[in-house]
Amino acid sequence: MAEQLAVEAVDISKRFGARWALARLSFGLPQGRSLLLTGHNGSGKTTLLRLIATASFPTAGTLRVLGHDARAGRDQLRPHVALVSHASFHYEDLTAAQNLTLSAKFLGRGGEPNLVPELLERMGLSERADSPVRQFSAGMRKRLAIARLLMKAPKVALLDEPFGELDPAGIKQMEGLIRELQSQGTSVVLATHLVEQGQSLTNERLHLAAGRKVDAS
Amino acid sequence: MTPKIPLLAAAWLVLKKDWQIEWRTRARLTAIIFFSLSTLLLFSFAVGPDINTLRAHAPGYLWLALLFASVLSLGESFRIESENQALTGLVLTPVEPRAIFVGKVFGNASLLFVLSLVLLPVTVALYDVDLSRAPLQLVLVLFLGSVGISAPGTVYSAISANARARDVMLPLLLFPVLIPLLLAAVSATRFTLQPDPQEQVGGWLKLLTAFDLIYLSVGFLLFPKVAEED
Repeated sequence: MAEQLAVEAVDISKRFGARWALARLSFGLPQGRSLLLTGHNGSGKTTLLRLIATASFPTAGTLRVLGHDARAGRDQLRPHVALVSHASFHYEDLTAAQNLTLSAKFLGRGGEPNLVPELLERMGLSERADSPVRQFSAGMRKRLAIARLLMKAPKVALLDEPFGELDPAGIKQMEGLIRELQSQGTSVVLATHLVEQGQSLTNERLHLAAGRKVDAS
Repeated sequence: MTPKIPLLAAAWLVLKKDWQIEWRTRARLTAIIFFSLSTLLLFSFAVGPDINTLRAHAPGYLWLALLFASVLSLGESFRIESENQALTGLVLTPVEPRAIFVGKVFGNASLLFVLSLVLLPVTVALYDVDLSRAPLQLVLVLFLGSVGISAPGTVYSAISANARARDVMLPLLLFPVLIPLLLAAVSATRFTLQPDPQEQVGGWLKLLTAFDLIYLSVGFLLFPKVAEED
């Protein structure tokens, strides 16, 4: 029986104006497996993660996520894919608890009174639950973004530089969370410059240079 | 799509979220109140002390003050969505883009409507108009006008939110589209504040309603294209 793919890219390209951020990229990630995405700044890692998340769409080529075409099937995909990105997606003037509560309601989980407090507790943000995100440090924002990802319980988790801005305890916690997601069958795509750390957490590696797949060695 | 929650419920959450942010900061409401008060005051000085001229011009100046304030308000409405790419976050949550449109339109419209109510006593003081002639119709005109400004305003402020010259772009896109609506709103307001022997206000109200429905329908159809990156 053919292996089910969480992500399947066939000759995908993405252009911004005159610049090609990704050029004829092909790869496949089996469901439940994890992928390490490496490459220099501007190599196309973030663009690729955004394409998989359906935040943006390929200019050419075919991208399928969980068996759905990324553009045509985005409505079916989005509930099962979560992205932690450089942009936190939070409302600065809402508190941490209000931001998570809003997400919970949109996800149809507004009726679970313990959900938000438990996630905040888990991410070490309980004491700042009622502080507006505007007052948060970069590390706290990242923790809040991860709390939102966990709330979604995704089948595909996309993590763009997840260790950035975190303190050593936070990095350790993040490693634990990635392993926990994997144990639940979630496919993790992890973009990081910390190659050794990333390799210890993933099964496969894709190295990008100028938007193209290249030999990592 | 199989949305987790129905469109109107999601729109209501978006609207409540906007109110929640506004209530926390009160920045937008404060700014537009002072801006439009200044506008009304300046226009009344420009016209001079003649009561009849002031009364005749009051509906136009009231809607000009609301129009100018709406540019400030609409721009701010999408500044909070572009900060941290919150709009993208909503779309990916996932929230149906059309629910975001409906929620944002009525969030913006409610703010403009509140502003228009705040401006009414000031208009009485500065332009000596009579609000007791048809108060309910006047409130209806203000509500329909606020929705009519907010529907295309929401689409255009989303388009211009990430543009380099967004403060210039929004009025450039918005004002030409709003001219027919404003003509109807000014005329309807005039016939609620002044004698209406030929009972024309009903016709203007129907026209205002028609413009609202057209703007809402077009925005509802177009907004997903605006909210999502290509």
